[in-house]
Amino acid sequence: MTRLLISAAALAVLAGGALAQDVVRLGTEGAYPPWNFINDQGAVDGFERELGDELCRRAQLTCEWVTNDWDSIIPNLVSGNYDAIMAGMSITEERAQVIAFTQNYTPPDPSAYLALSGDVDLAGGVIAAQTGTIQAGHVAESGAMLVEFATPEEAIAAVRNGEADAVLADRSYLAPIAEADPELRFVGEDVPLGGGVGMGLRQSDNELRATFDAAIQSMKEDGTLNALIEKWDVSSTFE
Amino acid sequence: MRGGLSCPREAAIFAFCSDPATLEGWRWFACYLSTPKHANLYLAVGTVLLLLAITAPAALAFGFGGAMAARSRIWPVAWIGKGYIAIVRGVPDIAFFLFFVIALDQLLEVIRHRIRCPDWEAAIWQGNDFVVCAAAKLPPGNAPQWVHDVYGFCLAVLTFAIVFGAFAANVLHGAMRAVPRAQIETAEAYGMTRHQIFRRILVPQMWVYALPGLGNLWMVLTKATPLLFLLGVEDIVYWARELGGTANPRFTDYPHGDWRMWYFLALLVFYLGLTRVSELALERVMRRLSRGQATTGGRAAA
Amino acid sequence: MSCWQTVQDYALRSLGHGERLLPREGYTLCEQITLIGSGMIWNIYFGAVALFCGFFLAVAVALGKGARSALIRKPSEWFIFVFRGSPLFIQFFFAYFLFLSLKSVHPFFDPFTSAWLGALIVLFLNTAAYSGEIFHGALRSIPKGDVEAADAYGFSGWPRFRRIVWPTMLRLAWPAYTNEAIFLFHATTLVFFSGFPARGQRGDALYYAKFFADKTFNPFVPYPILAAWFILLTLVVIGLFGLVNRRLNRHLPQEARRGLRLRLRLIR
Repeated sequence: MTRLLISAAALAVLAGGALAQDVVRLGTEGAYPPWNFINDQGAVDGFERELGDELCRRAQLTCEWVTNDWDSIIPNLVSGNYDAIMAGMSITEERAQVIAFTQNYTPPDPSAYLALSGDVDLAGGVIAAQTGTIQAGHVAESGAMLVEFATPEEAIAAVRNGEADAVLADRSYLAPIAEADPELRFVGEDVPLGGGVGMGLRQSDNELRATFDAAIQSMKEDGTLNALIEKWDVSSTFE
Repeated sequence: MRGGLSCPREAAIFAFCSDPATLEGWRWFACYLSTPKHANLYLAVGTVLLLLAITAPAALAFGFGGAMAARSRIWPVAWIGKGYIAIVRGVPDIAFFLFFVIALDQLLEVIRHRIRCPDWEAAIWQGNDFVVCAAAKLPPGNAPQWVHDVYGFCLAVLTFAIVFGAFAANVLHGAMRAVPRAQIETAEAYGMTRHQIFRRILVPQMWVYALPGLGNLWMVLTKATPLLFLLGVEDIVYWARELGGTANPRFTDYPHGDWRMWYFLALLVFYLGLTRVSELALERVMRRLSRGQATTGGRAAA
Repeated sequence: MSCWQTVQDYALRSLGHGERLLPREGYTLCEQITLIGSGMIWNIYFGAVALFCGFFLAVAVALGKGARSALIRKPSEWFIFVFRGSPLFIQFFFAYFLFLSLKSVHPFFDPFTSAWLGALIVLFLNTAAYSGEIFHGALRSIPKGDVEAADAYGFSGWPRFRRIVWPTMLRLAWPAYTNEAIFLFHATTLVFFSGFPARGQRGDALYYAKFFADKTFNPFVPYPILAAWFILLTLVVIGLFGLVNRRLNRHLPQEARRGLRLRLRLIR
């Protein structure tokens, strides 16, 4: 009986093999509005949710959303827990050595410093950033004292309560926060970092990458991508 | 902007929740705390309790096996038992969790890969990538999300059981040696075999010595449940952080400031409650086990 | 760059000495071993100081919990309950927020939000509560005969405690206390993992292991290195505690002692 059950299950798995190619699991952080966040309904929402669903529709794929901590988002992609990352991840050389990126779906956009007062020593002061981001790397190299936090939210809280002089993060992420809190303001000059945000895939998944590349290209060409970027106000638009 | 961005609102539990912007006082809180997003937090509490309920007996079984192996007269068995205890006890559980789950997952998939796809040509490790055939994927790539959740949960239970089993093994091993020698000698004098002594004398008597250690271990186990999030299970800490963080009015109907402190206070109270219940239960068990034992506690209870 | 050069540059990196920037490419095995080992300084600092200070508080709390007077017993019970009853992870988080709000009250609290003091206080109180419970349990498990024999010899009060209860309590508690010490050292890895931020990329062993895992996207090298370092540390702890254990058990018959020595040798 057990044997029968096992072989039946095996058959189901084998039959599902062809189907399995069509279900693509998309990994995201779910804590980075407006890019991706969990809405009141408990579902993944945001710019990347809408973009990802549209890309999957164009590529005729069934997509499913999975949330994963930022820290382990790349290891879990590589070990196959999901098939693609859409988590506001900037394309960098460092990451490209380990995973493959599609073409960017937002243009390279500046990072910015947010602080309580205008006279902050950005070169030698205490700067907060999220662990493992390109911003954290930039601060470490700039000579300032880097203070790292697990989430972007905590990095900003550190500035509010004086733990850090300023926080360095994507300008688009900081903008709604600065808008809502009159005490916080942008300081210094914007810092250009990364090569825009792209979708991360396993390096062995060439087919899937080509599919998504084509879908992004088609959205760039018919202007829907720019419209989406403007709707969610995540970055500048493509020319 | 707000209305345009959020999904169509599902039916709320309370009828007055239809327009959150107009709510005040307790009604606002009632609606806020009953959003589907909060349901995830309540579900996570259930997950923690379920994890404890499954892990504790599993860890005890691992511990018993480990302690018996370590006591064995056959040296390879004893060696395996002692090695298991020493290695797992030697590594911080947090490091074990970060590393072990990925390793276990890949091991299972490699085994399935070998069985299911014997004629697969390509290498399993391609540079950084870990690639097995679709039929070997665990759980299958096309499985619904709940299967992935259950699978992740089972891996978590196994990891917890292995880690805490090693500590339980150490406690049980110590407790077996703490049983007064006179008891064993008396049993030997009665002509009992080694096996009989183990079953009739050692095991019934060791519990009273093991219980303080096991009680401590149970506390450590409950204390370790917040580490669930390292295993890819979205646990209470994840949701407390997520729900407690500043909610910007652009992205939610229920904006608020940084409330993480209050969410963590709630978690603290939850864990203290859990502990209180466990303590009462342990106290009862201890009193029962101490009855008739040759310790000061036994005298007090007699 | 030779490995010796790496050791010179990074061995004390976690304290802020040597190379200011962390390695940016290559990530050789030597760099990983050295930097993760450098982080161990913090783990040892947190564990050793908390354990040493915690021992005294633990004994006081254990005796307090066994006291007849409710005025002494209740606070001891509550102290143990609060610190044993909630996860360290959440205690760290709380302490951090608490010290932050205290900071705005008085500048005296400024250093408390730094890991070296704030996290140490949490670890100290935490281990005191756990060990206090272990000692209390040992006090209750002291063989009836021992105490009766002491009574028969005319021991009472302080001499009875000093000569009979105290050494027996330590002897009974020692295996569990060794466990607690190991747990505490392991728990020190939580410090920079939540709550307390790492300043200037000076962190503990797990912080650097995570750094390398993030950079190389390969957890299979740095975490086993971290594990190896911790097994080394654990063996040292077991060794030191085993020496004490041998001293505590030196009056027992040879047959009963041989098992322990053999066991320790096998673990090594």
